[in-house]
Amino acid sequence: MLEPIWQPLAQVAKELDAGRLSSVELTTQVLHHIEATEPKIHSFLTLTPETALEEARAADERRARGERGPLLGVPIAVKDVILTKGVRTTAASRILENFVAPYDATVIRRLREAGAVFLGKLNCDEFAMGSSTENSAFGPTYNPWNLQRVPGGSSGGSAAAVAAGQCFAALGTDTGGSIRQPAACCGIVGVKPSYGRVSRYGLIAYASSFDQIGPMARTVADCALVLEIIAGRDPRDATSAAQPVPRYSAELERPLRGLRLALPQECFGEGVQAEVRDAVLSAVRWFESQGVAVVETSLPHSRYAVPTYYLVATAEASSNLARYDGVRFGLRLAEEAGLLTMYGRTRASGFGAEVKRRIMLGTYALSAGYYDAYYLKALKVRTLVRRDFEAAFTRADVVAMPTAPTTAFRLGEKTGDPLQMYLSDIFTIAANLAGLPALSLPCGFDQEGLPIGLQLVGRPFQEAQLLAAAHAYEQAHPWKSQHPSL
Amino acid sequence: MPLDRSVVQNIAHLARLELNAEEEAQYLSQLENILGYFRSLDEVDTSGVEPATEIVDPGDVVRDDVVDNPPAGEELLANAPSRHGRFFRVPKIIE
Repeated sequence: MLEPIWQPLAQVAKELDAGRLSSVELTTQVLHHIEATEPKIHSFLTLTPETALEEARAADERRARGERGPLLGVPIAVKDVILTKGVRTTAASRILENFVAPYDATVIRRLREAGAVFLGKLNCDEFAMGSSTENSAFGPTYNPWNLQRVPGGSSGGSAAAVAAGQCFAALGTDTGGSIRQPAACCGIVGVKPSYGRVSRYGLIAYASSFDQIGPMARTVADCALVLEIIAGRDPRDATSAAQPVPRYSAELERPLRGLRLALPQECFGEGVQAEVRDAVLSAVRWFESQGVAVVETSLPHSRYAVPTYYLVATAEASSNLARYDGVRFGLRLAEEAGLLTMYGRTRASGFGAEVKRRIMLGTYALSAGYYDAYYLKALKVRTLVRRDFEAAFTRADVVAMPTAPTTAFRLGEKTGDPLQMYLSDIFTIAANLAGLPALSLPCGFDQEGLPIGLQLVGRPFQEAQLLAAAHAYEQAHPWKSQHPSL
Repeated sequence: MPLDRSVVQNIAHLARLELNAEEEAQYLSQLENILGYFRSLDEVDTSGVEPATEIVDPGDVVRDDVVDNPPAGEELLANAPSRHGRFFRVPKIIE
């Protein structure tokens, strides 16, 4: 049998239910494993072992009283852009280095009620802006499969921690691919829910018309278990949707027969690593062998997704990040020099290079004289990207494509060229522009042993369909049982 | 209109970012490169296309005007960079 720390979340909960393992024992094992692996991986920004063990004891007591639940007493961790009451929450930024969250995000409150044990806060690109976790103010995270490679980003700490067996599941956030791309790079499953599916109350905002919180775990079923807890309407987030939340974990065995899969021709051409293309096409052929209809499709505006996203998202970021002014929380510098200098110097020193670049880009796109040419134009192209998907969904239920054009790249490989870094999001961004649910799951390895991700995109609020298709594929393939050797 | 140093300076001022000369030069060249690529959007015919301003339309969201998450006074103020009793302290604004 697998060591407990490598078991799927669903399995370890059964061990806890059967009394073969206590949450305190499990949490202690996980904390030891983190201590042993963290010097290599650096996935955590803040570890909270004392409160984790208190939560584990509380979970053991709840179970002793007869309570059951898939997350009761199970150790998880959270990307450091989500507020956790009483715990430092930094967004991986110097400007929030000493910020202690005064309240819990709604997703955290729901997971606490379910009895989850919180191990700490996970590294990411500063304010979730990046594709490699190299933009963290506190140093990068290393890919557990190959320590010379990035884990992807921005939720790179979340992906690396899950892949390295440091937690059973993690929360990430996805604005332009920040759950799916690191999930692909680290060989795990990551789900970006439909826009509005999960409350953002207590999420440090980056780009509000895109941001979604979602689960990352080693199996599809584990993601389903976490998603059904965190999803649903929240009166504290007016953008959260009222649609009922299915029990995703109970719908995983839906038959594949009758499903129609669309392949966008744009996603298999130039610029895609041959091994990535081959692995994704091989996964598609497996679906075909199971009675799934496969149709060719086109998303003609997907080639404009990167500029569209980076204009709209940076515009929103320039507004969202205006709150970091040194007045009410966070860093304050040069107050003796007057208000304007205090603002300018606090922000120049507190934000890292990429965050400043995006604030500059967004401010430019919104400023007088450029608004129509850049921001408004991008919003119109965003409509066209959505229409492309609507057209594809008249003939298919799910769109399949690579999650990223390549496997994990080397640390430092793209830091000198922001545009090349932006282009690593080329296949994930379109789902954010259209507000659609999407997930990434492992579908093989390249010659260097780096994981490859298959991306499935569905209609709004059809997460259950995506999860069931992904689960069927996962059951038939061995990827989930392979772990990096650390 | 081409990007130049004075545009970068104006943007930095609007964004309240005090950049040094080296950063100004770097952002000028990087933004030129990025925006140059982004001008591919000009190829797209968007005449008659509505801008996407709502991703999911939740309809009108109304609720009773009841406070159910009162700010935790001391916990909020504990993050203040400078305070005076229960107030945030800020530099003098009016000379």
